[in-house]
Amino acid sequence: MRVFVLVKHAPSPESTLRVGADGKSVDPVCLTYDINDWDKYAVEEAVRLKEKYGGEVVAVSVGVNCDATLKKCLAMGVDRAVKVPVEAGFDPYQTAEAIVDVLRGERFDIVISGFMSQDTNNALVGVLAAAMLDLPFATAVVELSVEGDEVRAVREIEGGYREEVFLQLPCLVTVQSGINEPRYVSIMGIKAARSKELREHVVKLRGPSVFVERIYVPPTRRAEILKGSMPEVAEKLVELIGSKGVI
Amino acid sequence: MRVFAVAEHRLGEINPVSLELLNFANKIKGDGTSEAVIVGDDVRALSSVLAGCADKVWALSGSQLEHYNPESHADVLLQLFEKEPPDLVLLGNTSQGCELAPLLAVRLRCPIVTDVVGASVEGGLIVSRYIYQGKLMVDLKLNRTPCVLTVRQGVFKEGIELRGEVTELRLTPSKPLRRRFSRIIEPEEGEIDVSKAEVIVAVGRGAAPSLKLAEKLASLLNGAVAGSRPVIDSGLLAKDRQVGISGKTVKPKVYLALGISGAFQHVMGMKDSELIIAVNKDPQAPIFNVAHYGVIADVQELLPKLLSKVEERRK
Repeated sequence: MRVFVLVKHAPSPESTLRVGADGKSVDPVCLTYDINDWDKYAVEEAVRLKEKYGGEVVAVSVGVNCDATLKKCLAMGVDRAVKVPVEAGFDPYQTAEAIVDVLRGERFDIVISGFMSQDTNNALVGVLAAAMLDLPFATAVVELSVEGDEVRAVREIEGGYREEVFLQLPCLVTVQSGINEPRYVSIMGIKAARSKELREHVVKLRGPSVFVERIYVPPTRRAEILKGSMPEVAEKLVELIGSKGVI
Repeated sequence: MRVFAVAEHRLGEINPVSLELLNFANKIKGDGTSEAVIVGDDVRALSSVLAGCADKVWALSGSQLEHYNPESHADVLLQLFEKEPPDLVLLGNTSQGCELAPLLAVRLRCPIVTDVVGASVEGGLIVSRYIYQGKLMVDLKLNRTPCVLTVRQGVFKEGIELRGEVTELRLTPSKPLRRRFSRIIEPEEGEIDVSKAEVIVAVGRGAAPSLKLAEKLASLLNGAVAGSRPVIDSGLLAKDRQVGISGKTVKPKVYLALGISGAFQHVMGMKDSELIIAVNKDPQAPIFNVAHYGVIADVQELLPKLLSKVEERRK
């Protein structure tokens, strides 16, 4: 079984976020990057499939500075990595096109990506790639297994309900967080990663289909912020909670 | 503009977001039309609900369309769009819309934006959406039509009444399906139902180390402990304790959000609580936009103080 896993080197939403001077970007100074949270689950799921069925896991990432994330994937048990050194910006179409360009030259059984990215929260690249490659797909998967020539996927839907579907191979799934417990990177893993292949795949992008007009802090209602020492604040909270007659 | 809204239904009921899509369509259609599309094996009754908010309703039915499946649904929608070309296609930003929308966009060779919360049409289509889990917003310009948008639920609640005509079409997918629907799995019932609690102490990633204290506070207040996704994912609390779109919707008298950043998915499950108090050390956390009162502090520091004050008061 050959599994491709799509990963993004993404800024953390826990970073301090400031709008850039041009009003169309996020100030990069304060951003800290790591593998996209959802993609950790995708990598873990891919490595588990290999451990169960044998074969190979390949990680693909789009971005000029994604080496650290790809190396993390290799240390987690991915066999080789492909970097597409372009900046796709805000348009997930461009990211998907870059990934599809890599996948067209490869043979694979399952492609796994995270449900969404932690920075732009589009939840698009996986399905766009599946549609471009004409693959059956399922999103927000919380249980995954291979049964004969099909994949059994349980999707998370609204209100605590789940939907069970079967996909013919080859297929693409996007995984929801919580599908597994991603492993930590071990020292052995990091050592092993040094001898693994990380190659670059050069593509030419066709240009974006959406354009950033401006980025800004959302205009919204703010809570009344309680100030004072910890005991003072605690006292105020007790008053507030007590006002509802529940103490 | 011809604006098509792809409606959604499950277990015989229209998802309210479908009507919100039509409200949105009516707002931006200009001198064009708002047209609802619904797909299923028998959607006549549901079509009349949509007709109250649309200029026209397309009811696409067929024996292979009983269950939602992105392959069959996209297939028949594209058959319709070939004859009735859209300028804009709207879907809910839901578990169905997130699958169907990008598939339609690729087949229609058109731009797509998800989770839209606002739009203007003067000087080209510009849509607004949140990024970084609600901490920032972006306005995006789409330069060509048609476009596909998924729209956040709960935003476009107000709209006009219309009386659209329903056109029924019997359609069959043109290609064999490679995804097959198996079943809907019901939520597992836990020991308590958090949606019935009068007080909820909700724990997020930032308060996971204080879970024991949170449980103690909840029991002092005769309430229940609940969690946001990261806490459920890590197995600290059972799935039936999850508040949010993919978990429970709650409306307690008091909702104490501890270390919860306030991602939209969580907020949709608790925003109608009577009194919302949020504690978070990040002043930028979007939870402060939905809470009535906020404390910018580390939960680990505040919670022991709060516990002892509540104990004092109960004496």
